[in-house]
Amino acid sequence: MKLDTFTGHKGLALEEPLLFDLDGRDRSGVDLLEPDLSNNRLGGLERTAPIGLPGLSEPEVVRHFVRLSQKNYSIDGNLYPLGSCTMKHNPRVNEKIARMPGFSDAHPLQPESTVQGALQVLDTLGLWLRTITGMPAVALSPAAGAHGELCGLMAIRAAHTAKGDPRVRVLVPESAHGTNPATANLCGYKVDPVPGNDRGRIDLNAVKAKLGDDVAAIMLTNPNTLGLFEDEVLEVAEAIHSVGGYFYCDGANLNAIVGRVRPGDLGVDAMHINLHKTFSTPHGGGGPGSGPVAFSKALAPFAPLPQVVKDGDRFRLIEEKTGEAENSIGRLRSFHGQMGMFTRALAYMMSHGADGLRQISEDAVLSANYLLSELQEDLSVAYPAPCMHEVLFDDKFLEGTGVTTLDFAKAMIDEGYHPMTVYFPLVVQGAMLTEPTESESKASLDNFIFTLKSLAEKAKSGDVERFTEAPRWAPRRRVDETAAARNPVLRWVPPSPVADAVE
Amino acid sequence: MRYLPLSPDDRSQMLGAIGVPSVDDLFKDVPQSARRDGLLDLPMHQGELEVERAMSAMAARNRPAGAGPSFLGGGAYRHHIPASVDHLIQRSEFMTSYTPYQPEISQGTLQFLFEFQTQVAMLTGMEIANASMYEGATACAEAVMMAGRLTRRDRAVLSGGLHPHYGSTVRTTSQFGAMDVVSKDPSWGVGEDLSADLDDQTACVVVQNPDVFGRLHDYSSLAAACHEVGALLVVAVTEVVSLGAVKSPGEMGADIVAAEGQSLGVGLSFGGPYVGLMAAHKKHVRQMPGRLCGEAVDVDGRRSYVLTLSTREQHIRREKATSNICTNAGLCALAFGIHVALLGEVGMRRLAGLNHAAAVDLADRLVMVPGVTVADGAFFNEFAVTLPGPAADVVQTLADRDILAGVPASRLFPDRDDLANVLLVAATETNTSGEMDALVAGLSEVLS
Repeated sequence: MKLDTFTGHKGLALEEPLLFDLDGRDRSGVDLLEPDLSNNRLGGLERTAPIGLPGLSEPEVVRHFVRLSQKNYSIDGNLYPLGSCTMKHNPRVNEKIARMPGFSDAHPLQPESTVQGALQVLDTLGLWLRTITGMPAVALSPAAGAHGELCGLMAIRAAHTAKGDPRVRVLVPESAHGTNPATANLCGYKVDPVPGNDRGRIDLNAVKAKLGDDVAAIMLTNPNTLGLFEDEVLEVAEAIHSVGGYFYCDGANLNAIVGRVRPGDLGVDAMHINLHKTFSTPHGGGGPGSGPVAFSKALAPFAPLPQVVKDGDRFRLIEEKTGEAENSIGRLRSFHGQMGMFTRALAYMMSHGADGLRQISEDAVLSANYLLSELQEDLSVAYPAPCMHEVLFDDKFLEGTGVTTLDFAKAMIDEGYHPMTVYFPLVVQGAMLTEPTESESKASLDNFIFTLKSLAEKAKSGDVERFTEAPRWAPRRRVDETAAARNPVLRWVPPSPVADAVE
Repeated sequence: MRYLPLSPDDRSQMLGAIGVPSVDDLFKDVPQSARRDGLLDLPMHQGELEVERAMSAMAARNRPAGAGPSFLGGGAYRHHIPASVDHLIQRSEFMTSYTPYQPEISQGTLQFLFEFQTQVAMLTGMEIANASMYEGATACAEAVMMAGRLTRRDRAVLSGGLHPHYGSTVRTTSQFGAMDVVSKDPSWGVGEDLSADLDDQTACVVVQNPDVFGRLHDYSSLAAACHEVGALLVVAVTEVVSLGAVKSPGEMGADIVAAEGQSLGVGLSFGGPYVGLMAAHKKHVRQMPGRLCGEAVDVDGRRSYVLTLSTREQHIRREKATSNICTNAGLCALAFGIHVALLGEVGMRRLAGLNHAAAVDLADRLVMVPGVTVADGAFFNEFAVTLPGPAADVVQTLADRDILAGVPASRLFPDRDDLANVLLVAATETNTSGEMDALVAGLSEVLS
């Protein structure tokens, strides 16, 4: 234990115990009256044993969570170059709007006449997303990207089933996000991996060789996970359509093309849109997300429930598999979707407008290419320029230095940066997938470039300890993940009863 | 454009450094036929004032539940959320961080997830819990799949008391997998005995407490019957505040708990985002879906937290993963965790008690309204009443008078004519005596 202070605190960096270690027993941070339960109707099912929750006053709870927050990196604090995650600025007006009582305090089962504004948000968001994708239908209810994938693949399976044969295989590039094969498997499909070519794109000949009338779909990310536009995407679409299969596009990287390329023009049949990436709803430490799915005409009849329709100036919900929704795959969750994300995303889209949305993708792609161009001599770029909204480095520049991609990433932490996505995609050795987004100023990009150049130089000049010992300045140094997995401790447990008895 | 820092001058300098004349050159890999030169057919950019104005106009077309008497439940409940919850979750470091892949600079998120897992395990009476699911219904569907993996069986029996959205979500999610889902009829008016549906092919039975009609059940003997044939008992909870007053699913012998955490810290928000809770036995952890946060030490021996057991997950195991889930409900889990931390043992029990007392009070008042029959049996903060005519009509009439009377069962069971006259009524700590008077007066008038 290497602690330089009596308290463990280091200036403003404060250590914080678990809530459960702070337990003040019968304290509470909420003043509530003692209820009169003399006339209870719990049917003898009262909970008598202690739940075990710690008791704390409001200032103690506030201080606890403020201290915890101070141990986190955030996009508000600095550039967050996690590739494929699109960590862009989260405008605060969107938070204000989502908290308007008309949105935040509307119950999902209120009569339709009392929630016309909420239904209008669904309808308007649908219109913006249909226009952006160039696709005729959008399902809003999926709760996140992977949930959207599930929605899309289910619609594909339902469409095949309606024609009498659900088919067997789904083609998935080796460079795909792990959610793609996991989703295909959930839908009962066999995953057939497709290799990439030496240009970092899907191998069109391999696709063609694998095609057959048992192929249900291909799941292709475009721009792909190597940050490259699939330049033979039209040929891929034509090929999959030629055997009656569907083109699922993983829309995680929509930020690169929004306003400039419509997925519908690429032959896409279904694509999820991560509102928490492209449309800036906050990532919140891992959620909530929101994953609406755009559908082609062929798949639109299979869209999930609920759906919103406009009759004149009134909006109504379709919540059952009848009439116009009789072929729907059904309900994928409770209620209507991530409303709080819809209001934020819509406010974001309206703020940018048609002109701003196009500027987003231009600036995101420009910034990534600027990083590529400025760093290509110092780091090693996996594929030739141009890239799209993210640039992929590999670990060739670290060869023989004794520094790994992980070490390099941890050294970035000491320099005040969250690392880029490392070791993904799996097909590139020591991958460093770097996505600056359009939110960074040129000065911010230049500081980042300076930092990476300096680190690369130090690695090559043999200053290995700077990397292998990193991070030194973060709230924690490297964490033993192997031991954590071998003997998982997943919750706090009270001290043993013996100790209690002594007390 | 206020969110875009690059100036035209910056852009041309950057293009110069890259060595291309125009940004179009960076999009040269896009097939010519798919490039769009013009703008999309959408309005142009707007200032903050204009956007706020447009969104406010839409918000104004909704009646906030709290703007008057509201007795809606049906899987989403209006509770008071302490102001510090919303303040804390909006701290930049919580709201604008990503999934904690780099533990050294994500201890804030990781520690609250570890605390959240502990709180969920305690409330549900289970050994362990994960770091959250999307929401209750998807958690329930994941629980059914998890039961299939654990038992290697392919038959799931859904109680008629399960919220229909949960039932549909399970059926939709399972429709292309091996699981055969048997859905029982809503057992209105009669008790439900699921033990007859158990056999040696049953992976799990899914029940809900309180059930969709608000009724409380002791599932202890059903748990024993399940275990007798090697099946698992999945208990869904849509009103998590009930766990402050009612015997927990763990105490009844549940094997997996799938719950909706919206009631604590999250708010109504027209149905989402919410936070799914999932809890189970420790021995089943390797078949659990979703993120798990574990305790660890750093190289200096300091207590630390880290995402763990990720070999279950899609980014490692791809098509062999336990689930395709990636993003979960992080910030809503934080809101839940802060609210529970503020309540503590005493507050949690009082909050639950106040909810129950309010519902008992309301039931006692409604029983006096001519034409209204209050369902028999134990309940927590929601119960069913039968009206002389279609409940949906009564609800609409009262909504026009600014009273949200409850959820007509027909909204959840549109094809069940026998439930057309049934109204689900919920009361929470937010409902005043005056609001209850308004409902009683409104109902009396409409029914007379």
